[in-house]
Amino acid sequence: MTDPTVTLAHGNGGRAMQDLITGVLVNQFQPQGPTVLEDQARLPLAELLTLGDRLAFTTDSFVVDPIFFPGSDIGALAVNGTVNDLAVSGAIPCYLTCALILEEGLPMDTLRRVVESMARAAQQAGVTIVTGDTKVVPRGGADKLFINTAGIGVMRSGVTPAATQLQPGDVVLVNGPIGNHGAAILVARGELALETDLQSDCQPLHGLVEAIVAVCPEVRAMRDATRGGLATVLNEFADSAQVGIRLLEEQLPVEAAVEGLCELLGLDPLYLANEGKVVVVVPPDRAAAVLAAMRSHPLGTHSQIIGEVTQGSGVYLKTGFGTERIIDRLVDDQLPRIC
Amino acid sequence: MKYVQEFRDPQKAQGLLAAIRALGDQLTAERPGPIKVMEVCGGHTHAIFKYGLEALLPPTVELVHGPGCPVCIMPRGRLDDAIALTQYPSVILTTFGDVMRVPGSRQSLLQAKAAGADIRLVYSPLDALEIAAAHPDRQVVFFAIGFETTAPSTALTVLQAERQGIENFSLFCNHVLVVPALEALLSHPNLQLDGFIGPGHVSVVIGARPYQVIAERYHKPVTISGFEPLDILQSLGMVLRQLAEGRCQVENQYTRLVQATGNPVALAAMARVFVVRDQFEWRGLGDIPASGLRMHPAYARFDAEAKFTLPHGQVADHRACACGEILQGVKKPWDCKVFGTACTPEHPLGACMVSSEGACAAYYKYGHGRPHPAPPPRRLAQV
Repeated sequence: MTDPTVTLAHGNGGRAMQDLITGVLVNQFQPQGPTVLEDQARLPLAELLTLGDRLAFTTDSFVVDPIFFPGSDIGALAVNGTVNDLAVSGAIPCYLTCALILEEGLPMDTLRRVVESMARAAQQAGVTIVTGDTKVVPRGGADKLFINTAGIGVMRSGVTPAATQLQPGDVVLVNGPIGNHGAAILVARGELALETDLQSDCQPLHGLVEAIVAVCPEVRAMRDATRGGLATVLNEFADSAQVGIRLLEEQLPVEAAVEGLCELLGLDPLYLANEGKVVVVVPPDRAAAVLAAMRSHPLGTHSQIIGEVTQGSGVYLKTGFGTERIIDRLVDDQLPRIC
Repeated sequence: MKYVQEFRDPQKAQGLLAAIRALGDQLTAERPGPIKVMEVCGGHTHAIFKYGLEALLPPTVELVHGPGCPVCIMPRGRLDDAIALTQYPSVILTTFGDVMRVPGSRQSLLQAKAAGADIRLVYSPLDALEIAAAHPDRQVVFFAIGFETTAPSTALTVLQAERQGIENFSLFCNHVLVVPALEALLSHPNLQLDGFIGPGHVSVVIGARPYQVIAERYHKPVTISGFEPLDILQSLGMVLRQLAEGRCQVENQYTRLVQATGNPVALAAMARVFVVRDQFEWRGLGDIPASGLRMHPAYARFDAEAKFTLPHGQVADHRACACGEILQGVKKPWDCKVFGTACTPEHPLGACMVSSEGACAAYYKYGHGRPHPAPPPRRLAQV
């Protein structure tokens, strides 16, 4: 595999494509050797059945710009994004697919970097990338590379988080400062000529979720706050369960650099994307135990209780002045192509 | 000192609010209705809603949200002109993001872009100049918008284009001026305003003196204010104190940034590049004399209105829209028939719903004045 760039031949089904799949993809994703090189992965049911009683199945596409950014890259994002969508259902993530859409002319080294990052992220998240697809489109038909991943996980018996289950009085938590991914991407685009130490929070949440469900299998709802940020997830929760949610401004964890960037640009961290933040809703009598469990996990040391579920509808923020304002759904896209 | 949290201290706000309450009581003892103070600037409107300051005010004091959002007041005809510019195959139109959703008579720039127009978002007019330098075969037009706050940076960009000899760059100039707009409001027979919280950023450029006419000719007090919650509450208190003491002066609360004479470098750049238009149309307020800027004849080669033929149509505001009366303090957003129904942030009909700094958009977004929705009936206990 010595071609310096991706060409249309790498997507035409011929020898070049075969070289790409075996030389760049399979040896990274399945270093111990592929089980079968067929048109599908074949998964052992018996093993899955030892982990739980239902499958969780999800898919997500990744078009982030730029593809490398402080703290992470499109490859790790494509793995962690799907791992997290599985994990927040209470599932143990097991298998991923990887479909690549490559732009003609993409440097092969860039592709290698992304694939290596995917392989590292998969190993960290305890999942195997078992099947995939590669397409090459003419220059201008896509921007560098797009990734789709689908994932299968096994849902732990007795754990059934769902947004419809929220009850007035429930407590809302988050596992750390919000908005870092969106802010990091914005700065990484270089259009603002700003220099910051901001890093994306891209990380797999399966371990943190494991710690949460271990102390609170009756967790009401969990969701990772990606596009649209915390505000969007909470609005989805409130609508699904026909309840209100009251946030406490003073409890919201926001890093000074994110807050400063938002001040400067008129953005709201509540709407900025995250890639390693889970919003957790638990019954009030479990809140202390869940908070302690989250804080004792490396991805949750800055966890906070940020609000509570109320009667009524909509999401409100209680400001430091004791006044309330509505946290509505997003109208404008604050920032396109953040994941 | 972080220089932000100090101006957001809820404890200190209590002291300011107590003074506002006492002054409000005193001022309304002998006259009906609340004291109405307009914050002119959209940045103030935004902060007032963000911190929920209106809910802290006594019933004797009311804030009226003014026309100080340059995006909101852009009339449909000017948007149509901008879209007409994009129909020239050579033109790349560059603009700030918040202009994209402003409705023209048939389309917004966002819709025109989706239909194939070459419209690019920039964070600064200098970005537009860079695009012009990178595309010598194209005509790059910057859709310049804003009050005196942004006009200097536009002017400096034109001067830089001149220095660098970049001739394929031009301005579609929509800069507007604060004081003529206030005079237009003050001349209106329906006006119900007692005083003004003056703009902060505009005043950094123009200084405090241009507001003198409001105090002297129209006998209304003005306090130039910063943008943090304590700034705004303190400024409101200063306006009320002037009223209580029978004074009409221009006071400056934002002394950490605003000087009486403004910024002479910025003013000089503006004076070199721009001249005042005879009149400019404001959405919701109509034609206002001497309220807009156009290119100085010496810079006609950077003037998109001279370089390209534009329709220059005047398009009436939507019939049902009450923006004009809302801006005069006569009506509140919820008094408008289409507020929140036909007119929403997704599909704005009127000026005040367009940008997040517009009064209607702020009321809509932050829900002020709308009672909290009634809770749904209690669900039966789950078994």
